[in-house]
Order: sequence, then structure tokens, then C-alpha cells
Amino acid sequence: MIEIEGITKRYGETTVVRDVSLTIAPRTVTVIVGTSGSGKTTLLRMINRLVEPTSGTIKLDGEDNRSLPDYELRRRIGYAIQGHGLFPHRTVAQNIATVPTLLGWDGARIEAKVTELLTLFQLDPVAFGPRYPHELSGGQQQRVGVARALAAEPKVLLMDEPFGALDPIIRAKAQDDLLAIQKHFETTIVLVTHDMEEAFHLADRIAVMDKGEVVQYATPAEMLVKPATAFVESLIGAGERPFRLLAIETVADAVEPGAAEGEAIASAATQREALSTLLWTGRKALPVIGPDGALIGKVSLDGLVQRAAGPT
Amino acid sequence: MQFRVDKLGVIIAALAAYGALLAPFATFRANRIVAGEARSIGEALPSAWTVVVLLLVTATVVVAVLKTPSRLRLGTAFAAIAALALGIGAAAGHLTPPENAYARVSPASGFWILLFALGLLAADALTRLRPSPLVRVLFLSAVLGFIAAVLTSGTWDGLSLLKEYASRADTFWAEAGKHVTLALGSLAAATIVGIPLGILCHRVARLRDGLLGVLNAIQTIPSIALFGILIAPLGWIAVHVPGAAAIGIRGIGTAPAFVALFLYSLLPVVANTVVGLAGVPREANDAARGIGMTDFQRLVGIEFPLAFPVILTGIRIVLVQNIGLATIAALIGGGGFGVFVFQGVGQTAMDLVLLGAVPTVLLAFTAAIVLDALIETATPNRNRVQSA
Ligand SMILES: Nc1ncnc2c1ncn2[C@@H]1O[C@H](COP(=O)(O)OP(=O)(O)O)[C@@H](O)[C@H]1O
Ligand SMILES: [Mg+2]
Repeated sequence: MIEIEGITKRYGETTVVRDVSLTIAPRTVTVIVGTSGSGKTTLLRMINRLVEPTSGTIKLDGEDNRSLPDYELRRRIGYAIQGHGLFPHRTVAQNIATVPTLLGWDGARIEAKVTELLTLFQLDPVAFGPRYPHELSGGQQQRVGVARALAAEPKVLLMDEPFGALDPIIRAKAQDDLLAIQKHFETTIVLVTHDMEEAFHLADRIAVMDKGEVVQYATPAEMLVKPATAFVESLIGAGERPFRLLAIETVADAVEPGAAEGEAIASAATQREALSTLLWTGRKALPVIGPDGALIGKVSLDGLVQRAAGPT
Repeated sequence: MQFRVDKLGVIIAALAAYGALLAPFATFRANRIVAGEARSIGEALPSAWTVVVLLLVTATVVVAVLKTPSRLRLGTAFAAIAALALGIGAAAGHLTPPENAYARVSPASGFWILLFALGLLAADALTRLRPSPLVRVLFLSAVLGFIAAVLTSGTWDGLSLLKEYASRADTFWAEAGKHVTLALGSLAAATIVGIPLGILCHRVARLRDGLLGVLNAIQTIPSIALFGILIAPLGWIAVHVPGAAAIGIRGIGTAPAFVALFLYSLLPVVANTVVGLAGVPREANDAARGIGMTDFQRLVGIEFPLAFPVILTGIRIVLVQNIGLATIAALIGGGGFGVFVFQGVGQTAMDLVLLGAVPTVLLAFTAAIVLDALIETATPNRNRVQSA
């Protein structure tokens, strides 16, 4: 649990973050979005005290984050940034081992952790462990950056535009991997991005920032249905709303009884994917199969159209 | 088979031909300060040596002019240089009348031009071969070993320069020791002081401009003037600070020379430390802080290793510069190879000047090659940045 209470940051006369209060539930993904310069990075960096707030407090599991030295606090909180920030003179294995080494873990435990993480991120430990960062592709570097952030098993992981430098296909894969890893370690993730698509894809809750203030803090569905301000509405993009709505729910929630012709769709797919398939194949309905492969009903064009409609 | 001509080779060949055939090979003097008489290569060398040297020089000219493999060029050049080195020793024996202790024989312009042309060919071939740092250092060791072997074998004992050495063997090594101590000692002091200063400048922006400005200004003071400027304050310290005189601080002598070299050394060390630290990727620094390194851990574990090659470049500049500048220390009684240079100038004895100058050049050359090799070893190839 992260409790941000009345946090303000001023540089001289300018207020960069103004009186922000947020409560972030454990084991969730919270995404901070906003235009460039709106104070997202500053807010994030106040959580691990890379930036000291002008006023307000931040508590982690009820404990003020100023109750221990800043470097000790940061060793307990994962931190991953755009462009990964890997140490160019250290191997992949050494990079990942950085925080465990700082914490004084013994060699065998560190090695086991490095192997576990590399395997989890689909990098062969034998092949990649001894390599230097410049010998990896951008996507691989990014994965190593996240692996390093997770090495000491932090409960909280802060990420500042972690996928900003990746091309779209690798970025989508990295986002899915991150969600899987978050489930695996039950990490609380706070992620900064300016990409709305990314926010809706990853977030349990979204905080929208505008000129240093959080103007809305809500679940993606709430935000789509009830944007708090015109700014939030424009950020979502009026034309995108029905599709975003369908994109955050799965087919399982839209199953109707009955049968349909043709190729089936998995119940875990998003409703947006179902709509796309319906439109592309010119069908009125698709059969739906559950995780075990058994037929559980159908999803229809009419049903989805109703679901995509906003409040009247 | 088609022959193609190498442009640099033509220049080298022309130089070599001029040096071998037209310029005098050796100079003969009845004693160490009278004017010399020129001797051509045929006159200077016993006929067998003339044949050997000319054959090898001819071979080198042919190899140089045509586009030939680098290894062949290098090998021929070195064979010719070796023949030249041994030949000049033979010339001394050949030209000096028996039982004459005053006569002096020294290499003349033809010898030096030949050596220069052959050296150029060897250096060019070596550069094209792109040897690894280790191979370069091994090569240097081989050349130095060859020189040492020729020196100890007595082949050059008849040469004027070595006669000059023989009459001052004791002082030569004492001055050599002082020279190296001055150059290395001031470098060590500058490193110990300069690197922390550089770190401080990196962290405190306001200090940076001020300090680098002062150090820059010191660099522009001519060395003799700087020695002079230091005489007064150091003399004052010697008189007024108890114990200062006892540890060798005086207005003239080693102390001001040491201080001056130290001051000259500071700028390259401090500036390169600042540049090196500034070149550390911002993301690496941010990540280091973000994952919980203390400032000291970040400095030692991240910033310093990444800045090290640049700092080493500063140290290389200082070392080579100090080996040269240390000669001037002799002017204020600081000792070193400069003693021979300035005595030689005073007595118009060219050989004595060379006795100071040649080891200095050799020392600077060696330092440059060794440190370049070190720098290359310390600089990893991280320039390739791949994209996703
Ligand atoms: N150290 C600083 N000193 C002065 N101004 C700063 C500093 N850091 C950030 N700012 C300013 O604060 C504002 C918000 O910055 P930031 O939090 O990085 O925004 P975002 O991450 O949303 O793009 C920007 O206008 C930026 O110029
Ligand atoms: Mg930012």
C-alpha cells in the first residue's frame, strides 16, 4: 500500500506537483498519464525520494518513507527507467546482481536469483549472463533493466516510461510480459507513461496529471464512462472511447447463450478483438471457447454494440 | 605481373637515396669541440659494411616504392635499421686513428636522414598492421632490448656520444634518476591531488569554472618564468617554516622544479577527470541512484570506472609532457638530463647536448607507447548501440 498525502513539489517559484493525494492498493498496477511536463516523473521520483517533496508525506505500508536513509529505502523499491540505464561496464548478470550485492546476499543466492530472473524474462542465463549491455537488442536491454529492478524482490516497482524506446511490436510484448511478471511476484507497480493506449492496457487504476495536479484517479472503465474534465476526455480521445471500453473487458463478460458458425474465439480475448474479428469476417456472431477449449456460448455483434455504447 | 607504386614509398625512397648517396654519413673531428669533417658512406665504412648497408637500403627502397605487404616492408626496414646501427659503430673504429683518444666520430646528416626514412617506413607499415596493444608493447620491448644489447656489446663505444657518456657514467645515472623522479613524482602528486579535485569540480559546478580557469592560466605561463616565479615563495618558506629546509625545500633546486611540474600537470588531470565524469551516461547515474547506491558507491562502482579511460588519457599527456619539461629543471639546479643539455650548449659540445636529449626522447617515446596501449586496453568497445 502506498499512501501519497498532500504532496507538493516546488522549484523556486514554479509548482511542479501540486497537492497530490493518492492511495495505491497493494498488488495493483497504477499508471500515471499526462502530457509532457505535467509532473509525472517528479511525482514518481518522490516515492523513492530521488526528489524530496516540498510538503506532504508518502507512506509505504503505513511507514513514512523518510523513516530510513534514502539509499536503504531505494534498495527496497524497484526502479526502472526509459533507456534501461544499464551499467555499460558490467555484464548482464552483474547488472542484475547489483542490489542483492548491495544488500549483502551470499554468492549462491545471488546466482540463483539471476538465473531465475533471466529465465523468467526468456533470456538464456548461460548465453546472456556474461554479455555486456551493448551486445543486446533494445528489447533485451529493457528486459534486463526490469529484471535488475526486481532482483531484490521489492514489493513496489516504480517505472518511468519503461517501454518508451521500444518499437510497437516489441513494446506490446513487453507490456504483456510485465503483466505476467506482476502476477507472478504480486508486485505493486506504479508506471509513468504518456501513451494512453499503454495506460488502458496495463492499468488497474489510472491517475491523469495536468499541470502538476491529478485531475482524475479512477479505473479505466470509470474514466471512459465519466471523464472528470475536458482534458481527460481529450486525452482519451473521443473517437477512441467505444473501442477502449471494449478493449478493457474480456469476451467472457459478453458471452450469450446460443451457437454460432465458423471459427471460435477464446473467452480470454478482449471484446475489442472479438468485434474486430466480427467486422472483418462479416459474421453476426462468433462461438466462444473457455480456457479448457469447451464451447461456452457465443458473442454477437449486437451484444458488443450495446456494450460499447456510452451512458445516455 | 603488375607493379603499383606507393606514394609515401616514393618519398621514403627519395629521402633514403639522398641520405645514402649525397649526404655525409659520419663526421670526424680531431677533438670534441673543433669543427668536423664530413665523410661519405664509402669513406666512413669498411668496404664490406658499405656493401651490406647499401644493399639493404636498396632493398628497402624497392620494397617501399612498390605496393608490398606490410610485413615485408616492416621486416626490410628493421633489417636496414639494424645494419645502419651496427654500421655506424663500425665507422667509429674505421675512422678513428689507432691509439687516438681525442678523435671523435659521430653520425652525420646522411645517417640521420636514412634512419628517419627507414623509421618512417617501419612506422607506416606498423600502423597498417594495426597491432594489438600487447603486440605494440612487445615490439617496443624488442627495440629497446636491441638498443640495450648494442650498447652493452661495445659496438658503439667508439662513437662520440658514448665517449661523452664514458667520461660521465656516474653523473649520467644520477641525473637519470633525478629526471625520472621529477617526472614521475610530480605526476603522482598531480594524480593524487588532481583526481579528487576533478571529482569536486564535477559535483560543484561553481568551483569548476573558477578552478579550471586558474589552472588554464598556469599552463600559459612559460616554464622558465614559472620556475622563476616559484623561487621567491619557496625561498621564503625555506627560511621561515621550521623543518621546510630540512626536507629539501629551497628557492632553487628540485623543489621549485617539482612544484612547477606539479602545477603544469594539474590541468590535464583535473580537466580529464571532469570530462570523463561528465561523459558517464545520465541514465546509468540515475539508475545507480534509483536502485539504492550511496554517492560513494556510485562514484567508485559506476562513475570512476566509466571515466577511467579519459582520466588515463590525461595522465598520458602529463607523463609525456613532464618527461620533456623536466629537462628545464636543470636551469634552476633541479638536475635531470637537462644538466647535460645546458652544459653542452655552454661548451658548444653537441655530443653532450645529445647525451641529455636522446635519453629524454627515448623515455618520452616509451611512456607514450606504453600508456597508449594501457588506454586502449581500458577502453572497451561500447560504441555499437543496437536497436530493438
Ligand atoms: N530539477 C528541476 N529543477 C527545475 N525544474 C524541474 C526540475 N525537474 C523537473 N522540473 C520541471 O518540472 C516540470 C515537470 O517535470 P517532469 O516531472 O519531468 O514532467 P513529466 O515527467 O510529466 O514530463 C517540467 O516543467 C520540468 O521542467
Ligand atoms: Mg517524465
